[in-house]
Amino acid sequence: MIEIRNLSVGFSESEPVLSDVDMTLPEGKVTVFLGPNGCGKTTLMRTILGLQPSKKGTILIDGQDIQTMSVRERAQKMAYLSQSDSIPAISVMKMVMHGRFPYLNYPRRYRDEDYRIAEEALKAADAYELRHRSMTKLSGGQRQKVYLAMVLAQQTETIFMDEPTTYLDAGHQLEVMRMARRLADDGHTVVMVLHELSQALRTADTLAVFDHGRMRLMGTPDAVYDSGILNEVFNVSVKRAETEDGTIYYCV
Amino acid sequence: MNNSQKYSTRRTKVLLLTALLLVLGSLACLCCGAEAVDLRKALFGETVGNTSKLILLYVRLPRLCACLLAGSALATAGVVIQTVLANPLAAPGTIGVNSGAGLMVALCAAIAPGNLKLVPVAALIGAFLGTMLVMTIAEKTGASRMTLVLAGMAISTVFSAGIDAVVTFVPDALTGYSDFRIGGFSGIGMNRLKVAVWPIVIGIVLVWLLRNELDLLMLGTDRATSLGLPAKKMRILLLALASLLAGAAVSFAGLLGFVGLIIPHIMRRLVGEESSCLLPASMLGGATVLTVCDTLSRTLFAPYELPVGIVMSLLGGPFFVWLLWRRKGGHR
Repeated sequence: MIEIRNLSVGFSESEPVLSDVDMTLPEGKVTVFLGPNGCGKTTLMRTILGLQPSKKGTILIDGQDIQTMSVRERAQKMAYLSQSDSIPAISVMKMVMHGRFPYLNYPRRYRDEDYRIAEEALKAADAYELRHRSMTKLSGGQRQKVYLAMVLAQQTETIFMDEPTTYLDAGHQLEVMRMARRLADDGHTVVMVLHELSQALRTADTLAVFDHGRMRLMGTPDAVYDSGILNEVFNVSVKRAETEDGTIYYCV
Repeated sequence: MNNSQKYSTRRTKVLLLTALLLVLGSLACLCCGAEAVDLRKALFGETVGNTSKLILLYVRLPRLCACLLAGSALATAGVVIQTVLANPLAAPGTIGVNSGAGLMVALCAAIAPGNLKLVPVAALIGAFLGTMLVMTIAEKTGASRMTLVLAGMAISTVFSAGIDAVVTFVPDALTGYSDFRIGGFSGIGMNRLKVAVWPIVIGIVLVWLLRNELDLLMLGTDRATSLGLPAKKMRILLLALASLLAGAAVSFAGLLGFVGLIIPHIMRRLVGEESSCLLPASMLGGATVLTVCDTLSRTLFAPYELPVGIVMSLLGGPFFVWLLWRRKGGHR
């Protein structure tokens, strides 16, 4: 379980991007960080992951302060699907095997178990048939599946995803959301930064809304919707409608 | 045959072909030159008065060893630097190796002119100090890839000004420095290689042991860290090893920076970016290119000899342009 106590994050000491964040990320659920551009969602995620230092406060993983954990120990607890940037000219299988790195001891030789886990991760991410391809020959959607497989191969309790649907078409976006749901159903804690409000409201079990350097509200999609805070923060009118496929949300 | 098998076969072919070229290049390096050496006579002929044996042992063999050591060290350093900095234009010079070594050699030539024994030690120390300075500055300013490149540029500029100043105040230093700047193996003996052998062997072994870490750094700092790698520390460690390798090579070969730039480039295109294949391919490629260029430099205008740095740039430059041209046309 990840607990965040009185956390301030940002780049300068005097003006943190987010201050006094208190939250517990619910286990086995999908939590989505929402907020306008520049409100500090990604910075908060990076700070929780230990990718940048906090300005104040504490982050506890299963009761242990992350400051006292090594980078390797953190990688065995939390995986991170970052926004795609560099595309190395390596095979898909090699890419997914990187997910086993936190479990390798010197001289970093992969065991049979690591290959088995990587193959299972590829199957779970629906990328098994891509395993012999080069990363450079894949489409954006296929590449995202491979990154997801790498994250799954890391076998962590918590998975962070930073805007995992960016640059993906509608079909692939839905696939990623379904995968997030499935991971939570399998007992993983999934934390996502999303920009698409309707997607966030539909997928999340819990929403955390950030604005003006604070966490404004944390609650279920219905509670957040009913509070009207989304209209205020995003300056739009969010509507809810019941369809035969379930509740959908849209902005006008 | 699936894509993976095709790719694997291609990589094996490239490795075998490069190794074959290296063997042929090495034989040519031993046999060809101003005086042709008959290998059979040199190896199995009489002991007394066997000129071929003497040339082989005291001239060609040290030269071949120098080519193999410098080529593999510079190419390995190039792979590490380009991967760690995610910059295809990066080379040992980017992290201050060349300018640091150059300044120390220029100082050495000014203070102790004619003392050739000091040059390799001065170059090695200079390369190491130059890199350490660049990395200290980068470390204090966040150790990002960009700060490393910028710190390298700043230090290189200052050191180059230092070299110019030394040469201006002590014009005689130019003689000793210019040989070093062009690079070459003329008159090299096993004694000059002694300083560099262990740093190169140790450096290559350590880089090989860290090949998985190198692959992870290729994914970017955030991804590498989230996969359990202390990325900043590893970046500094790998660059220090690259500096050790390049500095050791530069100490006896002079500034042959081109090998560290183009060989990793070419090999990356042929075998991909996985370090487990790219490192040996680049080592073989670097050693092959230097061996062949050195042989050409001694035989093209025999009995005169061109510095290998000039031959390498004259052949390597157009070849590199041809590669870029080919890629533009969509042929990879």
